[in-house]
Amino acid sequence: MSVQNLNTFDPFADEGDPLGNNADVGSQQNYIHIRIQQRNGRKTLTTLQGLPKEYDAKKLLKAFKKEFACNGTLVDDEEAGQVIQLQGDQRLKISNFLVEEGLPRNSIKIHGF
Amino acid sequence: MASEEPMFDPSLKKRKKKQVAFSEDPLGAETDPTTPAPATIDDTTANGDAVDMGPTTMHEQMKQNGITGEDEEEGEKKEDDEFKAMFGDLKKKKKKKDIPLDLPDDNSGTSTPTAAPAAPEDLDFSDLKKKKKSTKKKAALDMEAFEKELNEAKAKDAEEDEGGDEAMGDVDEVELGDDPFTRGETAISLDAGNEPWLKSDRDYTYQELLQRFYAQLHASNPALLNSAGKRYTIAPPQIMREGNKKSIFANVSDICKRMHRQPEHVIQYMFAEMGTTGSVDGSGRLVIKGRFQQKQIEHVLRRYIVEYVTCKTCKSPDTLLTKENRIFFMSCESCGSRRSVNTIKTGFQAQVGRRSRNKTG
Repeated sequence: MSVQNLNTFDPFADEGDPLGNNADVGSQQNYIHIRIQQRNGRKTLTTLQGLPKEYDAKKLLKAFKKEFACNGTLVDDEEAGQVIQLQGDQRLKISNFLVEEGLPRNSIKIHGF
Repeated sequence: MASEEPMFDPSLKKRKKKQVAFSEDPLGAETDPTTPAPATIDDTTANGDAVDMGPTTMHEQMKQNGITGEDEEEGEKKEDDEFKAMFGDLKKKKKKKDIPLDLPDDNSGTSTPTAAPAAPEDLDFSDLKKKKKSTKKKAALDMEAFEKELNEAKAKDAEEDEGGDEAMGDVDEVELGDDPFTRGETAISLDAGNEPWLKSDRDYTYQELLQRFYAQLHASNPALLNSAGKRYTIAPPQIMREGNKKSIFANVSDICKRMHRQPEHVIQYMFAEMGTTGSVDGSGRLVIKGRFQQKQIEHVLRRYIVEYVTCKTCKSPDTLLTKENRIFFMSCESCGSRRSVNTIKTGFQAQVGRRSRNKTG
């Protein structure tokens, strides 16, 4: 027999992590990662990984290429899935582009120096 | 870091109050006594670029406001003169309501209502205690309307700051925007024995008790507001170029010692973040493949500190990183909080350079 009102309430129970809601710790599944890699000289390469399934990577790539005036390609990776590669440092531009298109800013992670 | 930007949610306010006071010694016992203990982490890089170190805690805000408030008092005094003439004894309390310098302009419009409703009505009362009571009650009544205004101001702020590059910066400002309200109330209920609930039948609210706590805490420990030595610095990274394609990070072991972190962990993070590789040479220096400037390395280190060194709850750098079945946990030495941290993942690495070179593996 269980009476709900008789349940003890522990006022000192840990009510959870205050940050736990907005950044789920330990899992990187929900983030869009934007990384940069150095190439020869001062050339760089920007990669975008972890795009949600509902976005068409191919169309996005086309938009990126047109918007940022750079070349780019779509790479299939075993772990990361589809990855967009762009020439040059396009990290901030990508981030701004995605935010303007309505993606939440806190789901985008910019890596690099 | 855009990803860490919390949205404007009510938990922000809550979190602010949750922090715990921490001890004065930031580095603990293991620090090498020969090297002077570093004092601060600056919010700016060597070049003066602002870098956000996460949201500020209430203590820090109070400290900042305490400092900026001093400067501003001069300007505010003239305005306050009329008030003083009317209030006489209340002088001390009114001063604390000064609006912090760094507030955006439209916020000052919203914070004046706290002072404004108190001023005209109170003129007729001769009894000081009565005044206090009425102000307090007025504040409580206005609470809802004021909260609404605050939210509107927040929304306005958010819209205005949308274009800004530093996403974190405006969150801090909004938090500060909250502040004058709470502090104004604190100032009112500063005196012990004059709490509004003593005069009436109603129960005291959590807000009032919290303000009472902070008022008494700061009254008995004035050092909390202006104690230096809680912040700490790390030495700037020394970067040299080796040949054309490699950089040497000379004082990596020293910096790791300052942060109380394993060099392996720091190096792993740096390599993952910068998308490169490297090795540690015979004299303990880190050789990084690729050309990097000191500024860039510093930026990466800063993010490492934010993510893996400073306590998210109390902002103390006095933390320990331990590994328990494949998950890293960061436990704070000063406030005792414990949380797991993100594992370091390299992510996708694009093919750079000639393929034939990589085929050997």
